[in-house]
This record gives sequence, C-alpha cells and structure tokens, in this order.
Amino acid sequence: MLAVVFSLVPSTALAADNSITVYNWGQYISDGSDGYIDVNKAFEKETGIKVNYVTYDSNEVLYSKLKTGGESIDVIIPSDYMIARMISEDMLLPLNFENIPNYEYIDDAYRNTSYDPDNIYSVPYTWGTVGVIYNSKYVDEADTGSWDLLWNSNYSGKILMFDNPRDAFAVAESLLGYGLNTEDEDELRACTYKLVEQKPLVQSYVMDQIYDAMIREEAWIAPYYAGDYMMMVEDNEDLEFYFPSEGYNLFIDAMCIPDCCTNKDGAEAYINFLCSPEISGENLEYLGYSVPSEAAKEYMDPEITGSKIAYPDEETLSRGGAFINLSNEANQLMDSLWLEVKTEGGIELTPIIGISVCVLAAIVLLTRRSIITKRRKANRCKKWKTS
Amino acid sequence: MLMSEGRNIPRARRQRMTKSKILAAPYLVWMVIFTVIPLAIVIYYAFTDSITGAITFQNISAISTYIWIFLKSIWLALVSCAICLIIGYPVAYFISTRQNLSTQRILYMLIMLPMCMSFLLRTLAWVALLDDTGIINRAIMSLGLSALPLVRNDGAVVLGMVYNYLPYMILPLYTVMVKIDPRLIEAAADLGASHGQVFRRVLLPLSVPGIVSGATMVFVPAVSTFYISQKLGSSGTTLIGDVIESQFKTAYNPNLGAALSLVLMIMVFICVAIMNRFSDGDSEVIM
Amino acid sequence: MTIIVLIFLYIPMIVLAVGSFNKGTDMATWEGFTFHQYSELFRDSALLRLLGNSVIISVAASLIATILGTMAAIGIFNMRSRMRSAVMMVTNIPMTNPDIVTGVSLALLFAFAGIMLRINNILGFFTLLIAHITFDLPYVILSVMPKLHQMDIDLRDAALDLGCTPIQAFFKVLIHEIMPGIISGALMAFTMSLDDFVISYFVSGSGFITLPVEIYNYTKKPLQPKIYALFTLLFVVIILVMVIMNLLQASDDKKRSQAKHAFVGGKGRVGI
Repeated sequence: MLAVVFSLVPSTALAADNSITVYNWGQYISDGSDGYIDVNKAFEKETGIKVNYVTYDSNEVLYSKLKTGGESIDVIIPSDYMIARMISEDMLLPLNFENIPNYEYIDDAYRNTSYDPDNIYSVPYTWGTVGVIYNSKYVDEADTGSWDLLWNSNYSGKILMFDNPRDAFAVAESLLGYGLNTEDEDELRACTYKLVEQKPLVQSYVMDQIYDAMIREEAWIAPYYAGDYMMMVEDNEDLEFYFPSEGYNLFIDAMCIPDCCTNKDGAEAYINFLCSPEISGENLEYLGYSVPSEAAKEYMDPEITGSKIAYPDEETLSRGGAFINLSNEANQLMDSLWLEVKTEGGIELTPIIGISVCVLAAIVLLTRRSIITKRRKANRCKKWKTS
Repeated sequence: MLMSEGRNIPRARRQRMTKSKILAAPYLVWMVIFTVIPLAIVIYYAFTDSITGAITFQNISAISTYIWIFLKSIWLALVSCAICLIIGYPVAYFISTRQNLSTQRILYMLIMLPMCMSFLLRTLAWVALLDDTGIINRAIMSLGLSALPLVRNDGAVVLGMVYNYLPYMILPLYTVMVKIDPRLIEAAADLGASHGQVFRRVLLPLSVPGIVSGATMVFVPAVSTFYISQKLGSSGTTLIGDVIESQFKTAYNPNLGAALSLVLMIMVFICVAIMNRFSDGDSEVIM
Repeated sequence: MTIIVLIFLYIPMIVLAVGSFNKGTDMATWEGFTFHQYSELFRDSALLRLLGNSVIISVAASLIATILGTMAAIGIFNMRSRMRSAVMMVTNIPMTNPDIVTGVSLALLFAFAGIMLRINNILGFFTLLIAHITFDLPYVILSVMPKLHQMDIDLRDAALDLGCTPIQAFFKVLIHEIMPGIISGALMAFTMSLDDFVISYFVSGSGFITLPVEIYNYTKKPLQPKIYALFTLLFVVIILVMVIMNLLQASDDKKRSQAKHAFVGGKGRVGI
C-alpha cells in the first residue's frame, strides 16, 4: 500500500526531471495576463525545462529562506545591496557566461556595478526607482512633492508603508537628510523615532497588497516602486506618482544563482532567455520597470520608453541614491530597530487590568473549591465517627 | 474498571496484554523523534547565540521587550474565549436537547462544516466585509452615513478569532451536554428549583469538563495566531505569533524565534494546567 | 439564537461564493454574473495541481496516522496506568501546543537533519508528510481510546472461546468494535491535514506546496478571484460528502436500533 502512495508522489517532489526553481519578487514577471507574453511558458516551450516559480515580497524574506536552507533554488533575483551581502557571505555561485551569450545586450551603465564589480555573480534584470503614489481624487496636490506627505495627519489611516526595513528606513533617512547607507547608530535611532511617529497614521505595512488597496481606493497614499505604479495606473487612472524632492532609492535587481541550486545549466539557460532583447522588452513592457538594455527598447511601446516615470531625466536621476550592503552590526541593528517599529504598540492598560482580573477570579474560584471540598470531606468523616 | 487496576487480571490475559503493548512501540518511537526531540532543539536554539553558537541568555532577556505583546495576545485570546463561551454555550445546549437525533446530527454537521473550509479565505472574506470600502461600509454609505472603522483594530481581531474558533467551543460543549441525563434536570425542576438554580447547580457543574475543553481549544490557537492579526488587525496589533513568524520568515533570527516559541509554549502549558484544575475528571473530551 | 450563530458562521462563505461569480476582482463591488472564474480555474493547472497535492498529503497522512494511531491506542490501552499517563501526556503535546510552536520545532528539526545528513533540499514531500502524520496521530488516538474504554473486554475472550484464532478475534471483534472511533479519528485527521496552514507554512519547501500555503502566498499579491471559485467548489463538495455521511449514519443507527430490539426480544425469550 505504501508503494501505491509513493507512486502517487508528484514528479515535482522528486525533482528528477529537467526543471528549475525560480524564486523571484511577486508581480515581477509577465505571466500572460492582459495579452502579454507568458515568459515562463515561453521558456518551457523553447528549452523543455520546466519552471517551478515561487515568489517573495522582500529581499529579507529571500535571505531568510536561503539561510534557513533545506531547499534547492536555482535562480534568484535580489536587489543590489542584497547581492553584495550574499557575495560577502559566499551564498552565490559564479556564473558561466559562455552559457549566457545574451549578456552582450546589457548596457555598459549596468556592468561593473558597486555590488558586483567583476561581473561574476549577476546579470541585471531591471532597474527602478522608488517614489510616492497617491490618489489625486482625495489628496490635495499642494501636499505632494516631498516625503512628508506620508506623515500628513490629514490622511491618517489612508497611508500605506513599506514592509521591509531597508525601504522604510530609506524613506525616513531621505526625509531627515541622512545618507541612504548610514550606519551611525544615532541617525538610525532618529529614523526609528520618525517611523514610530508615523505609525498611528499608517493603515498597514504592506508590499504587494498595495495594488488592491490603492486600486480600490482603500488607501490613498503609498511609497512604492515606479514600475508597479505603471501597472496600477492602468486599473485606476486617478493614481499619480512623483519623485520626492529629498531624494529616493535607485536600484538594480539582478539575476543570480544561489549555492543551493541543483540545475546550474538550466538556471543559466533561464538567465540567458530573460536577457534576450525580445523577451526582455516584452516582459518589461508589461512590468513597467526600466530595462537595462537599449536593444530591448526596440521591442517596447514608445509610449513606455518615453515615460518620464519609467525613464526619468538626468536631473531627476541625480537625486536618486543606491543602497550598498551595510556591515553585519549595522544590519543587525537595523533588524532589531525595525522590529521595534513593527511591534511598538505603546503601553495599553486594558490587557493588564483584564488579565489581572481573570487571574484573581481564577484564584478565588479555586480556593473556594478547595475549601468546599475540604469541608465536605470533614463532614463525611464526622458522619462516620458518629455512626 | 478492571483494566485500570492491573491487579485482578488473570495471567493469560495479562500475557496477551503485554504482547499487545508492543503495538504502541512504533508510535512511541515516532513521538520521540518528531515531538520530543524537536522541542529539545527549540530549547537549544533558544539558548544559543544566532551568530557564534555560544550559550547565551540574550534571547531570553530579549523577551522583556515583548512582554506587552505577550500580555496583549493573552488578553485578546481570553476575550475571544469568553465571547465564544457566552455564544457557544446556549447553542450547544440547544443542539444537545433536540429530540430528533437527525436534527441534532444536521446541526452538528452545519457547525462543523466551516472548520473544514480554508480559514484563510474566510478571514479574507471578513476583510472584504469590514473594509472601509467593503460591503458593509458601502451599504452604510449608500444610506448617506459616513463609513465606520470596522477593520484594522483590536475589535476586528477579536471578531476574527471568535468567528474562526467558535466551532471549537461548541463541539466539546455539545459532546458533554449530550451525555447529561435529562432526567437530572427534570428532577431538579420537580424538586422546586427555578430555571436559574437548575442552570447554576445542575447544568453548569456537569458541563464544566466541556467548558474547560472548549476554552482550551479556543485559547491555544487564539493566543498564537498570526494570520488573523495580520489581516484584520491594525499596524499596532502585533501579536506574539506575528513576531515569531517574522523571526523565521522575514528577519532571519531563529534563535529569538525559538526563545519566543519556548516562552509561548510554557505560558500555554501553565494556562492549560490552571484550566484543568477546574475540571476534576481525567476524561479527554474531544469531538 | 442558534440560527443567528449559523448565519454568522456562514456569511463569509456566502460572500466568497458570490465573489466567485463576480465579474470584477473586488469582492465588495458587484459587476455582473459570470462563470469566467470557474473556467479560469480549470485552465489553471498549477492551482489544480496544488489541490491535488493537498489531497494526496491529507489522504496519505491520515491513512498512516490511522494505522499507527490505532495500533498505538490498543497498545497504550494495555499498558499499566503510570506508563499510560506518561504516554498520554506526550500524546497531548501536539494538541495543546500552539500550531506555530509545532511548526517551528519541526522546521528546526528538519534544518538540523539537513545539516547533519548533508542533504541540500530536505524540505519537500516527505518532510511535509512526516509533519502531518505527527499532528494527526493525537487526534486518532484520542478518538479511538474512548471506544476502547467503552468496549466490553469479555467479547474478545468470548470470541476466542467460540473458536476464533487470536488474529481473527483481533480483527473481527476488536477492530469492529472500535471501528466508529477509528473512522471518526481518520476523518478528523483528514480534515485537519487538508486545511492545515500554520504547520505546512513552516515545513514545506517550494517543490511541494499545499493549497492553504499557496492561498496565503496569493493573499500577499493582488487577489485572483479564481480562488473563490475553488473555495466554492470545495464547499459544495464537502456539503455533499457530509450529507451522504449523515444519511449513512442515519441508516446505520436505524439498523442498530433494529438489532437491539431483536436482541432484547431474544433475551426475553431465552429468559435472561
């Protein structure tokens, strides 16, 4: 009977046949909706390699998953600073560029980056920017332009916020004028304080849930990535976007192979496929993020390549700053400060009063019970004695 | 019962008993490997440092930062427990006193059915109902009133907990109440007791094992939930389950997560032990 | 009062069912009746495969747990009282432990095992199966034990006296008597496994995901209404299953009461 059970085990569990596991951001690949190309299916058709596609919603979740281990993942697409961190911790495998001929289409501006100076471990997938999305129906134009819109108490309860430490701290750091990569403890604590100040106004800390909330107008203001704005505005035309005056985060997301991969050739074939100008162009036209290759732009709608939001001008770009990986201590500090922000609830008296009342009630009931039982036993003995 | 004493059992039967004891062996091995050892590993992680691996009490002392969250989780769980009890008790009594057996069975089935369905989606449905742009608020707004803040507060979290765990309270209560001899209640009424007295002196004491069992089955998941607070709670309603989940899935710190789990486990154990003092019997009440 | 509670319990199901027929993605706005989500659902092989995964795990785990648990219950029943209470205490641990602690402890165990045995991708079908069996076992045991207590021990000796071999006595008498307990334990185990989210969330790898875990991942992205369609379908299926079970049990009860009548009548005739 066990044989029957084992024979039912799906082949994905055994991972014997040619397949790869791709772990990518959510909403980060064209999946065939709205008539755009389904990248994974196209890859499977061309190479015969099955794609097992799983998503995460922040670099930290990716890092946790790889560190927890116990799984084989073949392709990951982290952000710049996370790649630097993983390289320093030996979590990535060097790529065999002979299997990735399409790498030649990647522009020079995206090679020899600060996070991967020798171009050994990564191939750029997209680049993008962070800004503020707001609903012009409910938000006064005059309030926009700076990060402080997210602290505006007029919109209390309608503001969303990043649910990962780096992006959230970056917002506070920009607002307070600190660098995006500061490791100074006092500055980080000042940012924590600012974020805690914001907390009562925040509807919730989200990542991809922003889509539904903004489109449905459940929330009116959210900091998020420009590419996602391009997708959201198609569903709700009242949404607007701006790059805050204080500065913002400019990032590159690149494809890498973690050291727990089991199908390196398949992984490299996937990376190569995604780099090809045609696929890259069609994919990124759907995503709205910016493509790191001029050749791919030929396959994209000129309306998108001309968009000031997806491809900002030099002056706007100069305000942007990239993340670099922080030192271990700084990372730990940021993690614990972020946890403080998330769990900061203030001291509420109701739980304490309520629990004390319950505990007292329990003690009273139990003591009454034992007194009654003792009395009953004593009476019983008395009865025996007299009879 | 003869079996429990173990003294008056004839030799042949005792021999057969010893042989059948072996049947439990595979299970015992399984439990040691997959229940006892994992807990030992949790304790190991709780007392080690995340980077160096050395023994440390740092994780345990970090608990003091989360003491408010613990208290809040316990409090919300207690409130949900109480509400479930208040709502569930009359319902259980109603079902257990139906004359027609098939009606009882149908009602029992109807109560149990939601438990089999994905509680994630059902909780999401509540979000859709309670949202500011959700179903209830849209109805209110179409009447011209302003929207009520129904979701993203502690009340919504309690509502979610009560909704999800109400069947867990009703079913044990029902199981116990069904066994109460209705003649006892009739006799009490015949002897002149009012409704209130019948309830207080006959029904309530007899149903205590059910109350204890139901309360445990509601309290334990309620205190450790993370999904309900994530969806229905505000950014300020972080419960201990949320913190543990984030330590394993978002911020990679299994040591802190293990320490928090350990404290949670001990806390639950204490609460359950206290609740068991209320019920004298050692019978396990399960649906 | 009960009616109100029942309505309260079923409102979300109705909302989801209605949502599954909704043209738009937002559950709160009704945009028109359509079967579109259902056709989307059946076209989405990934989602159906996950459903299959869930069912396979639940069936496998509940079968193994039932067999192991029944054997264990019989063994425990025959133990001396001190050992029995110790074993029962260990049995209660997965039940009184919060799901999250069980999930976390098993995840750590598998991570540890992975490091020790140097297996890279240990989290998969078998780890998930092990986890499900572990938390199903107590339910089975606690369902079977009361039946064992209720059973008349002399029945087995009577069977042996009447000429059965010990094995026949075991199956025809013992198992038959506790069968209701076994069945209810198996069903409980199956239901718990099918809908389990927390433990599977911590223990599953990306190779083999169950439906509840994937639904959780879906809730982190813009919602896709085909899940509502799936939910509604499952709802209908489970209702049908319960109705059938109900009818079966009703006929079983009738047979039992008829048998009892006959037995009592027979006793009267023999003069007992």
